[in-house]
Amino acid sequence: MFALLAQVTEFIRPDIDYHAFAPEFVLVGTLVVVLLVDLIKPDGNNPLLSSLAGLGLLGSILPVITLATDGADRDMFGGAYVVDNFSLVLKALFLLSAYVVVLMSTNYIAEGDYAEGEYYFLLLCSVLGMIVMASARDLITIFVALELLSIPAYMLAGWRKRDLMGNEAGVKYYLMGVFASAILLYGMSLLFGIAGDTRLVAIGAAITGAAGNAPMVTLAIVFTVIGFAFKVSAVPFHTWAPDTYEGAPTPITAFLAVSSKAAGFVALLLVVFIAFPGRTDVVEPLMWVLAAATMTIGNMIALRQTNIIRMLAYSGVAQAGFMLAPLAVGSDLSARAVVTYLVIYAAMNLGAFACVIGIARKTRSAEIDSFGGLFEYAPGLTVILSLFLFSLAGIPPLGGWLAKFVVFRTLADANTASGYVLGAIVAVNSVIALYYYANVARQMWMNPPPDEDRTPIVVPFAIQAAIGMTIVATFAFGVSDLATRLGDEATFLLAGLPG
Amino acid sequence: MDFIQDWGLTAMVFAPLAGVALMMLFPKDADETHKLVAMGASLVSAAFGIAVFADFDFDNTGTLQFVKSTGWIDVINARYDIGIDGLSVPLIALTLLITPLVIIYSWNHFPEPHNPKAFLALILVLHTGMLGTFVAQDLILFFVFFEVVLLPMYFMIGVWGGPERQYASIKFFLYTLFGSALMILSFLALFFLTGGETFNMVELANQVQSMDIARGTQILVFGGMFMGFGIKVPMFPFHTWLPDAHTQAPTQGSVILAAVLLKLGTYGFIRVALPILPEGAEAWAPWIGLLAVIGIIYGALGCLAQTDMKRLIAFSSVAHMGYVMLGIATLTDFGLNAAVFGMVAHGLITGMLFFVAGSLKERYHTLEIKRLGGLLLSAPRMGWILGLCTMASLGLPGLAGFWGEFPAILAAYQPKEGLPVELFRGYMVVAAIGTVLAAGYLLWLYQRTAFGTVSEEFEDDENITDVQMPEWIAWTPLLILILVLGVYPNLIFKITDGSIVNVAQSIAAATGN
Repeated sequence: MFALLAQVTEFIRPDIDYHAFAPEFVLVGTLVVVLLVDLIKPDGNNPLLSSLAGLGLLGSILPVITLATDGADRDMFGGAYVVDNFSLVLKALFLLSAYVVVLMSTNYIAEGDYAEGEYYFLLLCSVLGMIVMASARDLITIFVALELLSIPAYMLAGWRKRDLMGNEAGVKYYLMGVFASAILLYGMSLLFGIAGDTRLVAIGAAITGAAGNAPMVTLAIVFTVIGFAFKVSAVPFHTWAPDTYEGAPTPITAFLAVSSKAAGFVALLLVVFIAFPGRTDVVEPLMWVLAAATMTIGNMIALRQTNIIRMLAYSGVAQAGFMLAPLAVGSDLSARAVVTYLVIYAAMNLGAFACVIGIARKTRSAEIDSFGGLFEYAPGLTVILSLFLFSLAGIPPLGGWLAKFVVFRTLADANTASGYVLGAIVAVNSVIALYYYANVARQMWMNPPPDEDRTPIVVPFAIQAAIGMTIVATFAFGVSDLATRLGDEATFLLAGLPG
Repeated sequence: MDFIQDWGLTAMVFAPLAGVALMMLFPKDADETHKLVAMGASLVSAAFGIAVFADFDFDNTGTLQFVKSTGWIDVINARYDIGIDGLSVPLIALTLLITPLVIIYSWNHFPEPHNPKAFLALILVLHTGMLGTFVAQDLILFFVFFEVVLLPMYFMIGVWGGPERQYASIKFFLYTLFGSALMILSFLALFFLTGGETFNMVELANQVQSMDIARGTQILVFGGMFMGFGIKVPMFPFHTWLPDAHTQAPTQGSVILAAVLLKLGTYGFIRVALPILPEGAEAWAPWIGLLAVIGIIYGALGCLAQTDMKRLIAFSSVAHMGYVMLGIATLTDFGLNAAVFGMVAHGLITGMLFFVAGSLKERYHTLEIKRLGGLLLSAPRMGWILGLCTMASLGLPGLAGFWGEFPAILAAYQPKEGLPVELFRGYMVVAAIGTVLAAGYLLWLYQRTAFGTVSEEFEDDENITDVQMPEWIAWTPLLILILVLGVYPNLIFKITDGSIVNVAQSIAAATGN
């Protein structure tokens, strides 16, 4: 006991850079305030909550901007927590995406007789996990961030508790998520055993050395990657996604499909480029197989979907395959390509979900059949949803084409046979994907309304704002170099590479 | 005139988009406003075009003029490089002419389900995409504009088309997208092979020469572009989307598709594929020639088998684009000039034929050839116009069609040195037989629809009127041009020759013959 106390006195408080932590602090403050405001008026709905959550998210972006203009890279806790341009770009992405999700949730949650205070509290907790993930540079921080973003998401997925599908969504997501965490932890413990350090840089140094060729290292790498593969819904670890997406409240589906997936990719980028750069012989074939399987199988199943949420879920699986593809040819373009893709994907996918929420307010269904004749009575929504879908399909001048383009560019730059073959697979899959995206457009534009009901749709202002923000971003990303510039900030990752 | 020098082309390309933005401000049922805005936007675009042409140095058509180069997506080295030369001028002029005419024709002819706002907005977006493709000098910019036309055409066929419209529209979309996916891969391969510095077409062509990219690589990269452009043309065996798309599209869609959209493919060959990859082009030329003559014969035989007038015209497009591709395959300045003339002539004539077919459909509610007949009796002016167009289409000397077909056939007699002469002479014979078949199916079509007596079911049909005012306005310019170009083809040859000679010379120089 005394020995332990003696150690405590030796404890030196690490320097805390409050500026670097400001986004996290603002967010923690906001979620506490949200919880307190909910306590003041515990039953019934409080319209203040969503505004508070939204303002808090925007408030957290301010320090991100000041940190970005400041420009200096900051690292804390012996390199376990880093604030650099890469992490700032992703923090801004997480915060803005979450803001759009809050906009989408405002009416959905208020009208649905759900507990509002807890909803926004959990949502903000999950976002906190994501922005921590963007800065995490050691195994423990990554794991804490991953659980911080996942555990609230398990509960949010089952938020429609009076609905069987909602229960299924929550339980399935929880069980699969915990399973993935267990695999990930096993991989991490192996890594720690090999390197004797939890920091990614140290692990990277250790496995490039003499210990690098031990079979144990391969096992550790495979387990770690598989752990994150669940999060990004890569085939064959995607099976939770469609059921969870369908059962969860639609704004949460959008949140899982965009933010949570992006967080998974951030973690993947971190381990692949900082911890495993010396073992491309394991990582690249693994990613090649994951990418090819994910995009092809995701697409094939998406072709058969009749429900737009499930279709978007499987299309999200396919898109994850496109995002994995650059990692199969490790070059200095790969990380940029993934980040660029994530930024563009966030705008167009959130937009598509926002439109679906708007439309489902009238159709009361997410069956694609029920979208018939939409062009006649809701031309605005129809045009915009079509634009999002064709952006996802990669038709210029909408943002999606640039996302696909950077993937092609990375694969062609590698100038290897496997790179070109994967490029051809991406090309064929892009064409297949067009079919199911165009199928939704076909329903909306070319078929009559199923029940001859042509009353116009009233879209609440919050959803209009969400749609407006995302469509402007989708266009801007397609015709300017905004997204690629953001993607280029990811190059820092390579600066820290050993050798 | 500095503004026109710097921004004239840009204004011309984006004026239609400004029109679309303006239309969004008016409610859906303000039909007249939408028509006026769309018409105005297309005329503003044409006015900028005319201003540019007025300033264009026609003595120097071989050099790029009105060049504008600014940064765009720097990270991927894509630039906003535009400019025009003698090759683009006729096609831009054709586009600037066709779109306003289509809008005039639409004035009282909106196909079901009506909705002029959306219909005209789509036409304007198409207009921007087509013009942009013809001015782009950067491969990525070219690709973006090349793809922009897909969406409006998809919706135009799918929403305003005939009974099989959903099938036809998605088929069109999937085919072309497949081609362009492979095309963009080729562009990227080219980019990295030349050192990853630029997508500018002229610079790429120079770099491919100076770096001496291996012939085998050129053949592969050319193959990707061939898929992209060949599907768009469309060449046999990738043509199957065309009859469906044409038949199901509304009249306006068919006209734009035939007049301009198909030319994006052939233009791509001459602008992009040939100058950048001359050795690849040389290796592919015999095969392109082969597919071209197969297309000519297959299209003609297809025509003979059709029972629907619109479908027949669509198949005749396959045959006519075959002549254009045969001209391109010779890789000589003579053949390429013929190809460009063929593009313009086919645009005018087939566009006109689709107009007439659309008007007939509106009057008879059918285009089944055996139910038509006696057009010269029931609507004589329309009948004569149809006669003129079929004569022009079969290549009667004195009308525009002749100068596209005949020189292309002639060019095959003496292809570029290094190409198998005997083979091309064989192609020449086959293509010549194709003209006989063309005369056959077109005259037969004319005979069955215009001659004879009016069938009983349409005898007292008050619907069947002669040419109306909007039709006169829309058709007269096309008819005049068909005559004028037929009598004085130099109007186009003079403009195109400068840049075509450059292309042909660079190919000859690069392939060492």
